Amino acid sequence: MRAFIKETSALVVIPGANCDTDQILPGRFLKSDRALGYGQFLFHDIRRNAAGALDPAFALNRPEAQGATMLLVEDNFGCGSSREGAVYALVDHGIRAIIGPGFGDIFYNNALKNALVPVRLEAALCARLAAHLAEAPEATVTVDLERALITLPGDLGAHPILIDAFARDCILRGLDEIQMTFTHMEAISAFETAHIAASPWLGR
Amino acid sequence: MFAKIWEAHEILRHPSGPSLLYIDRDLIHEGSFHAFADLRRRGLKPRRPRQIFGIADHYVPTTGRRPEDAAGPAIAQMIRTFDENMDWGGVRHFGLQSREQGIVHVVAPEQGITLPGLTIVCSDSHTSTQGAFGAIAFGIGQSENAHVLATQTLWQIRPRTMRVTIDGVLGAGVTAKDVMLTLIARIGAAGASGHAIEFAGPVVRALSMEARLTLCNMSIEAAARLGMVAPDETTYAYVRNRRYGPGEDEWEQALAHWRGLASDADALFDSEVHLDGSAIAPMVTWGTSPEDAVPITGRVPDPAGFAGADKRKASLKALDYMGLAPGTPLEGLAIDRVFIGSCTNARIEDLRAAAAVLKGRKAVIPAIIVPGSTQVKAQAEAEGLAAAFRQSGFEWRESGCSMCAALNGDQLAPGERCASTSNRNFVGRQGPGSRTHLVSPAMAAAAAITGRLTDVRRI
Repeated sequence: MRAFIKETSALVVIPGANCDTDQILPGRFLKSDRALGYGQFLFHDIRRNAAGALDPAFALNRPEAQGATMLLVEDNFGCGSSREGAVYALVDHGIRAIIGPGFGDIFYNNALKNALVPVRLEAALCARLAAHLAEAPEATVTVDLERALITLPGDLGAHPILIDAFARDCILRGLDEIQMTFTHMEAISAFETAHIAASPWLGR
Repeated sequence: MFAKIWEAHEILRHPSGPSLLYIDRDLIHEGSFHAFADLRRRGLKPRRPRQIFGIADHYVPTTGRRPEDAAGPAIAQMIRTFDENMDWGGVRHFGLQSREQGIVHVVAPEQGITLPGLTIVCSDSHTSTQGAFGAIAFGIGQSENAHVLATQTLWQIRPRTMRVTIDGVLGAGVTAKDVMLTLIARIGAAGASGHAIEFAGPVVRALSMEARLTLCNMSIEAAARLGMVAPDETTYAYVRNRRYGPGEDEWEQALAHWRGLASDADALFDSEVHLDGSAIAPMVTWGTSPEDAVPITGRVPDPAGFAGADKRKASLKALDYMGLAPGTPLEGLAIDRVFIGSCTNARIEDLRAAAAVLKGRKAVIPAIIVPGSTQVKAQAEAEGLAAAFRQSGFEWRESGCSMCAALNGDQLAPGERCASTSNRNFVGRQGPGSRTHLVSPAMAAAAAITGRLTDVRRI
């Protein structure tokens, strides 16, 4: 996992509440090998017209979006299907952080596992940020994970990033969670032995 | 109840918050190839293969039972890769030709894999279904799946709790599906975000296990982490003598444990929602989010009436996609196809409800029935339901996720309008350009014989 410490980027604004993972990555691409890259499938059906060409009106296709590594989204982004492919598509496209009022729970966890930093900010603040970007699309945001601080443009100020410290630590260090859990194997085994003994049918 | 099960599975708590939870069951489907690739890359194997069950459902053909029946070589390869991964991992699995095959959330209860008090995960968001037995059951991604396969544990932040109490009595023709569409329309598609829902109240107590599964299934459509129903005599009667559950000599021991799981009378929840079950009507969705639901007696709403510019804009877009004008009555809306299936509504009781509406009448539009499991299919055939469906002009298919996930080639053509018993009416969910109206199995059957959205209470 590639570590995330601190990044500054312009924001691409993705409109619409309840943007589900079917929109982020349509199901028919889920068969694909990750090695081929999922970025090409990102927002496939809303980013392209019926002929498959990029729709110049879609936010991600605009010239000012090129090179941006962060998105501003609306509430409940990533709801619906648990497909981690939605996160792969964002990460493979080069997205490193997503700012919004709320995220689908499974999407949120999937993002953390791939060092895609989800930043929850109050809905009112997100709306002010969107308004600011409408006036100044080139404005940038800095996500400083080490200090757990997001700095917004203009007079929108700096705000704490509320993120579970354990996940933050893993992302900062690019640390592998499975390796870390292995360090607790003694406790796991002891728990497991007693647990299965109490319900022996579970282990059959 | 949630706290009791959570704490009974907490191996340790990290100083910064998350708990390391012991996972009793991990259910695997074809989409797990990413997690298996991850294990191979690390030189690991599944640590507790007896607690892992593989079930082929997302990509399986419903027109035959050989990988060659799949809609194309890439899909056939998914099914073969799944079998190979299960064999490699030493994981017990129910493949395409197994009598135990079916949709994972239908099969796991049938086989006694799902039991009260367990922690159950699956890389599918509708794992919430299985909380109907009083279990902590939730969907995970492939990274988390690899973590469970390697360690039989998962780091999780404890969700908040919400109790949804449903009072009164459901009217004729009103089902658990209608309860959930009513709930989601009320609290919104993000309404239970970050919460574990416990469903309670007289309506829930009176529901069968099949209907409780439907209830918990759609918790995720309200953004809940999971849904649960406290186990009771209905639950115990269902799980007794199931293949992977406790044996008869262990039954009393298991029962004693399960009887202690229900929430205490003075249990506190972070939030409470009350629904009057007696006031719920058969529901239908008009838009592209499950929260866009109204009673069948209602009309397509006018976006101008919604609070908030964003909601107005989203609704206009949804109506444009759905090809609907504000004010149109839902009843009488012409439908192109009917799909009865999915982990929401393809259990035996759902098929019985659909058959009861048909009563020999013919479907006037193409309609397919995809049983939730091969076992449900066999039971429906034994009960004469399959013959009745065929007689009414329905296609009687093999089991799988089919047109709910639309990954196996079963899908709508662009612009086609479908009365569907599935769980998601998202843009493009049933195929690019597809228009989905979510309904109960009885409502879907009614739509099949009239070719229109129809109030099943008048049939």
